[in-house]
Amino acid sequence: MARYILKRTLRSLITVTIVFIAVFMLLRFMPLNGYFPDEMIKETDEATRMAYLRNQGILDHPLVQLWRFVKNLFHGDLGRSLTVYPKVPVLTLLREKIPVSAAFGFVSMLLGIVAGLAMGLFMVRFRGKPGDHIGNIYILLVRAVPSLIYLFFIQIWVSRWLNLPLVYYENRPLSWILPVICLALSSIAWYALWLRRFMVDEENQDYVKFATAKGLPKKQVLRKHVFRNAIIPLAAYLPSDLLNIISGSLVIETLYAIPGTGGLLTTAIKQQDNNLVQILVLMYAVFSILGVFLGDLLMAFVDPRIKLTEK
Amino acid sequence: MTTIKKLEAVTADPKLFRGTEFDYAESENTGFTNYSYWKSTFRTFFRSPMVVLLTAVITAIVLMSFLYPLISKVDPTKTSIMPLEWNLRPGKEHWFGTDTLGRDIWARAWYGCRNSILLALCIAASDVGIGMIAGAFWGYNRKIDPVMIELYNIMTNIPSTVYLVLLAYIMNTSFLTLFIAMASRGWIVEARFFRNRILSIRDSEYNIASRCLGTPMRKILTRNIIPHIISLIIMEAALCVPYSIGSEVFLGFVGVGMPVDVITLGNIVNQGRASFTLHPYQMLLPTIVLCIITIAFYVLGNRFADASDPRNHV
Repeated sequence: MARYILKRTLRSLITVTIVFIAVFMLLRFMPLNGYFPDEMIKETDEATRMAYLRNQGILDHPLVQLWRFVKNLFHGDLGRSLTVYPKVPVLTLLREKIPVSAAFGFVSMLLGIVAGLAMGLFMVRFRGKPGDHIGNIYILLVRAVPSLIYLFFIQIWVSRWLNLPLVYYENRPLSWILPVICLALSSIAWYALWLRRFMVDEENQDYVKFATAKGLPKKQVLRKHVFRNAIIPLAAYLPSDLLNIISGSLVIETLYAIPGTGGLLTTAIKQQDNNLVQILVLMYAVFSILGVFLGDLLMAFVDPRIKLTEK
Repeated sequence: MTTIKKLEAVTADPKLFRGTEFDYAESENTGFTNYSYWKSTFRTFFRSPMVVLLTAVITAIVLMSFLYPLISKVDPTKTSIMPLEWNLRPGKEHWFGTDTLGRDIWARAWYGCRNSILLALCIAASDVGIGMIAGAFWGYNRKIDPVMIELYNIMTNIPSTVYLVLLAYIMNTSFLTLFIAMASRGWIVEARFFRNRILSIRDSEYNIASRCLGTPMRKILTRNIIPHIISLIIMEAALCVPYSIGSEVFLGFVGVGMPVDVITLGNIVNQGRASFTLHPYQMLLPTIVLCIITIAFYVLGNRFADASDPRNHV
């Protein structure tokens, strides 16, 4: 086991390094004018802009920049934002934004798991009955309609209908309800869909037929045998979900004006804020690879039949 | 010993069984039926009235969106300088009304459908096509497995916005850049899906049994593996359509999608959002068309997957 973890860690490190270097180099191919807003290009002359870029170290050879970045990283200096929040240290920025996204993400993740599993269980219990059909229609709508569309209509219509605030206010808990629910919608559908599918698969297994033949009530068979075996494959996604909460949701945070990390990466890429993009890509890559890794470990932990070291 | 006796007693009971003449021709008759996989698949698929309805709706929408630009003379980009023609509500002349610049939304919706469906089909073809070939190699070659898994991790971790912005800088944002940015990473996701399925089909018991019985590889491939893969291809291609339309809407929202003057469903929805509170129909009507397309493809893809499973055939 220890050997497996070590091997896997080394491979993950290589992957993260390649992702990081690829993004780092791609950023160096960006046009130089992209570092300035349009008004600034009109107002200043070429020489001033070049001097600024040279001062920021953007004109150095990419490898020199890479070395400098790595050196600073190990000194705990993540650099300063270039264009999105000029001169603000990246660390301060992350410290401000991550807690907001993480709080929303965590609550909605819990809501998603609880409501999603309950819904999946309900749908299996009443398979082929109206309750199951309603659940299927919900899953279909959430998965087939582009999220932006239904999120927008929920924001406009549900907030008016329930008289909830249209956007997020830091000091009004009432305005936190809709974003949390919106964030949970797709994960509810995801958990319900897969729990239902895995439970239906489990229901055809011999041990379930045996339990039914023994005379156990259907409810008990579902809860004690089928449900417990069906949630094992879902456990693999739990660590990823948990780590992903820090990256926030772009659409929801934009719609409700939540000052989280959601749109940060995209905005930073569009405005060529190299320092910010680098840190974010590094962070997200580490977290996403770590999430898959922890998921595999967790799966081996909850299901003794799964052996990672074999093969 | 006792069981055999019991069996004889049962078979010999004249009340239950009747003797029959030995017929050589009849004894050679095996349980062969003229079962055709594709016929049964389509029969199961079209048995549901909803599937028939959705197929008809999708065919109508696709035909309409490709024929409309040919038969109609309404220019979807024609703006009007007369304020009286702005923001017209849906009526006889403009079926879906006009937008803030007096452009006909009915015409725009069809042009948008055509462009969005075209983009979605191109992406579906490239993702599923390349993904299928790469997935077959990946599934059949154990050696490249670790390399491909790492490649998958790398590719899915580089944000596609990076390519989009870079491509937009190299050449202007267009159909092509959006296609490259979306297709460059879609194929590996599909490849992984096909790899998993191919692994499980190749090593499934009926194929091992078939191989043990000495069935030639060619026959296993054409009768057991390829039909399965083709139905997966059709399903994945159908599911690619709602995904790529959704991505296009999302990219438009982020501001790295198609240029504003190109008519796509994503652009229509995003432009309609701005004037939604005043003129809801400007966004609502094209959005309904978009949702019908994505939902229909999603349902048909899933239904086809169910129908292609021989266990659901009667």
